[in-house]
Amino acid sequence: MSRIGVFVCHCGTNIGGIVNVPEVVEAAKAMPLVAYADENKYTCSEVGQGSIRDAIREQKLDRVVVAACSPRMHENTFRKTVATAGLNPYLLEIANLREHCSWVHSDSKKATAKAIDHVRMAVAKVARHESLFPKQVGLTKRALVIGGGITGIQAALDIASAGHEVVLVEKEPSVGGRMSQLDKTFPTLDCSACILTPKMVDVAQHPNITLLSYSEVKEVRGFVGNFEVDILKKAKMVDHKTCTGCGTCWQKCPEKVTSEFDLGLGQRTAIYIPFAQAVPNKPVIDMENCRYQKYLKWTQTEEGKKPPECRICEKLCPTKSIAWEQQEEIVTEKFGALVVATGFKTFDHSVYGEYGAGRYPDVISSLQLERLMSAAGPTEGEVLRPSDNTHPKNIVFIQCVGSRDDKVGRPYCSKVCCMYTAKHAIMLKEHDPEVQCYVFYIDIRAGGKDFEEFARRAQDESGAVYLRGRVSQIYQDGKTLKVLGEDSLIGRPVEIDADLVVLATGMEASEDADRLAQTLHISYNIYNFLIEAHPKLRPVETQTDGVFVAGAAVGPRDIPDCVAHGSAAAAKVIGLLSQDSLTTDPLTAIVAPMKCVGCFACKAVCPFNAIEEQTTRDGRIIASVNESLCKGCGLCVVACRPGAINLRGFTNQQLLSEVMTLVRR
Amino acid sequence: MSEDNSPLVIGFLCNWCSYAGADMAGTSRQAYPPNIRIMRVPCSGRVDPLLIVKCFEEGADAVLVAGCHPGDCHYTEGNYHGRRRFALLRDLLDFMGIEKERFRIEWISASEGKRFAKVVSEFTDEMTKLGPRKVG
Repeated sequence: MSRIGVFVCHCGTNIGGIVNVPEVVEAAKAMPLVAYADENKYTCSEVGQGSIRDAIREQKLDRVVVAACSPRMHENTFRKTVATAGLNPYLLEIANLREHCSWVHSDSKKATAKAIDHVRMAVAKVARHESLFPKQVGLTKRALVIGGGITGIQAALDIASAGHEVVLVEKEPSVGGRMSQLDKTFPTLDCSACILTPKMVDVAQHPNITLLSYSEVKEVRGFVGNFEVDILKKAKMVDHKTCTGCGTCWQKCPEKVTSEFDLGLGQRTAIYIPFAQAVPNKPVIDMENCRYQKYLKWTQTEEGKKPPECRICEKLCPTKSIAWEQQEEIVTEKFGALVVATGFKTFDHSVYGEYGAGRYPDVISSLQLERLMSAAGPTEGEVLRPSDNTHPKNIVFIQCVGSRDDKVGRPYCSKVCCMYTAKHAIMLKEHDPEVQCYVFYIDIRAGGKDFEEFARRAQDESGAVYLRGRVSQIYQDGKTLKVLGEDSLIGRPVEIDADLVVLATGMEASEDADRLAQTLHISYNIYNFLIEAHPKLRPVETQTDGVFVAGAAVGPRDIPDCVAHGSAAAAKVIGLLSQDSLTTDPLTAIVAPMKCVGCFACKAVCPFNAIEEQTTRDGRIIASVNESLCKGCGLCVVACRPGAINLRGFTNQQLLSEVMTLVRR
Repeated sequence: MSEDNSPLVIGFLCNWCSYAGADMAGTSRQAYPPNIRIMRVPCSGRVDPLLIVKCFEEGADAVLVAGCHPGDCHYTEGNYHGRRRFALLRDLLDFMGIEKERFRIEWISASEGKRFAKVVSEFTDEMTKLGPRKVG
C-alpha cells in the first residue's frame, strides 16, 4: 500500500488568497492512500522543501503530491527535493493550483472545490506512478548558430572561445545583419560599422568557427545533444576557395540592379558583395539578373534580340574563380545544441495609405535614412532627397509606424524607434545646421542607460520640435510634402511643409521565422516572434531541450540587449556541451510483450522511428521501443489495438484514474 | 453536473502549447469559469477517443481537448493524428446519443492565454445553456 504525502502551497497569498488551503489539506487527508497532508507558506523555499524531505523520512512516504504552481515552473525543483530524501524523483505529481486555479478564479468556494479536485486527480495519478531511471547518452560537442547578425556573431564567438566547434549559418552573402546597415548607434553615437566589422572579421578568422554564408537551415532531426541538421548551401557561382576578393568582377559587371542592402536607394551589380565590409569579402552571382544566365535562358520564341553572352567577370577574374557549374547542395551536419538568432525585419509601411503607401519617393523609412546617412551608403553619407537629390531642410519624423497600432495588427512597442529617431534628429542637425526636424510621437519611451538624456538632447541641443500626436495625412504639393497632423497637447491641428518624411518603422519577426520554429519544434507567438521557456527566468531557453533563442527573433530589442542575449545563449550552450553525457527523459513508451500482436500500427504513427521489431523467444515478431529515440508523445499508445503499449508517466490507467476520480463522486 | 447545475468540463491540454497557454492565462490573470478540470497530457494525439467516451459515460458534461496549432506540434505530427481521430469521434458521439457540441477540440498556443480563457468561458456558457447531460 502506498503512503502518499500531499503538500499544499499558499504561495504567499497567490494561492492562499483565493483557495482555502486548510480546507484542501483536510480534504486531501481523507483521500485514499494519503498518509500525510500539510500546508506551506512557500513550498519551493528551502523551508518548504525541507518539510517535504522531513515528512518523507518521518512519515515513511513513498509518493508525493505538491499542490502549488504549474509543473512547468517547479516540477524539476520538487523532483530533486524528493530525490534528496531517497525517493525516486518520478514518484511525484504536481497539482496546479496557481496558474490554473487561484489566478483565474475569484469565487473562493468554487476555486477551493476545483483545487481539491486537482489534488484528487494528482493523488489518483501518483498512486500509479512507477520508479523511472533516466539513461545516459553521448553528445556531439558542436553548436549551430542560425543567423549571422550581431546576436548570432556574439553567440558564435563566445561558444567558439570556450573551445567548442561552431557552425554559423547566414542566409545572406555576408554576416552583419541589420546592424551593418546602420550608420550610428544610440545613445553613444558609435559608428555602427566600426564596432561591428571587427567582430565580423573575428568570426571569419576564428579557428573554431565555420561560417556558412548564403546558406539556410532546411530540416532539423534528432534531439538535445544529437541534432542532425540539413543545411542548404545556395550556389554562389564563385569558388570562394580560390577567390581573393579583389573586386575586379563587381567593378566591371555591366548589369546594375537595385541593392537590397541599400533598401532600393542604391544599385549593385549582378555579381556582388552586399556592402564594402562584407564578410566573407567574396562575391556571389545573382542568377536572376546575371546577363550570361539570361543569355542561356533566352529562347527563340521570346521577343527582342538575344542578349549578349557577357561573361565579363569570367574573362577578367585573375584567379579563374567563376564557377558556372556550381549547384546548390544540402549538407547534413551533427550538432549538440542550436542557437536561433534570426533577428527581425522592419515593418512594411505601404499598408499606411495616409502616409502615401510607399508612393511618394520622399517618404522613406528610418532604415533607408540610415543608408543615406552612412558614409558607405548610396550617397556616401550625404542626405539627399530620393526624388531630386537636393538637401532636405524640413524633415518630419513619424513615430510608431507599425508599432502600437492595432489597426495594422501590431499592438506591441518596437522599443528602439524613439531612440533611433532622437539619434537621427541629432545627426541630421550635425550634418546640416539648417535642418529643422519635427517629430510626431505618441509617447517617448527612453528607458535605458543614458537614453532619457539622449532623447532630451535631440530637443534641447538639436532643436527638434516634438509634437505629441498622430499624422492623419501626407500629400504631395509640388516639391513639398504637406504633413497634416495634430498636436494633442495644445489640441490643435498642425500642417508642416516637409522636404523629407521619415517613418519610424517598427520591428517584426523575420521572414520564415514560423517555418524555422516549426522545423525546430519551438513555439512562436501570433507575430511569429519565438517564445522563450520562461520570459523572466529562462530567457534564452525554449521548451525544446538543446534549442536556444536569442536576440530580436524573440521580440523587439536594441543592440546591447541583443549582445547580452547572444552571450547568454552561448553560456547555456557552453554549459550543455561541457557535459560528457546527457540524461534522457525516461517518460517513454513501453511495450508489454505478452499483449503485443505485432501489427505495428504503432510504427506507422511514430514520428521518431522509435518502434523496432523484436523476435521473442517463442518466435513471435513484436514491437519494442528504442528509448533513446522515443520522445514520449504517446501517439503509439492510442494507436495500439490490444493496448500493449503504454506511456510511462501518462499511462492509460493513470489518465483513466484521473477521469474516474473526477466523475465518480 | 454539480448541485448548482453548473457543468463539469474536463480539459485535456497538451503540455507544450495549450497547457502553457492555460499557464499564460493564469500569469496574465485572464479569468474564466471554475468548471473546468485540467489534465496534462504530452500531446493532443495522446488522448484516446475511448477515454473521452469514458468521460461522458461516467457523467462529465463536456470535454475539451486542446493542442498545438496545426504545423506547430512539438512532436511534428501528433495533433494531426489527434485531429483525425477526433473528427471520427464527433460523428460517433452523435450516434451514441451524446450531443457532439459537448466535445470540442481547439488549437491554443503557449502565447494564447487570453484565447484559452475565452474558449473555456464560451464553452462553459454553451454547456450551461445546453443543460446537464441526460444519462441512460
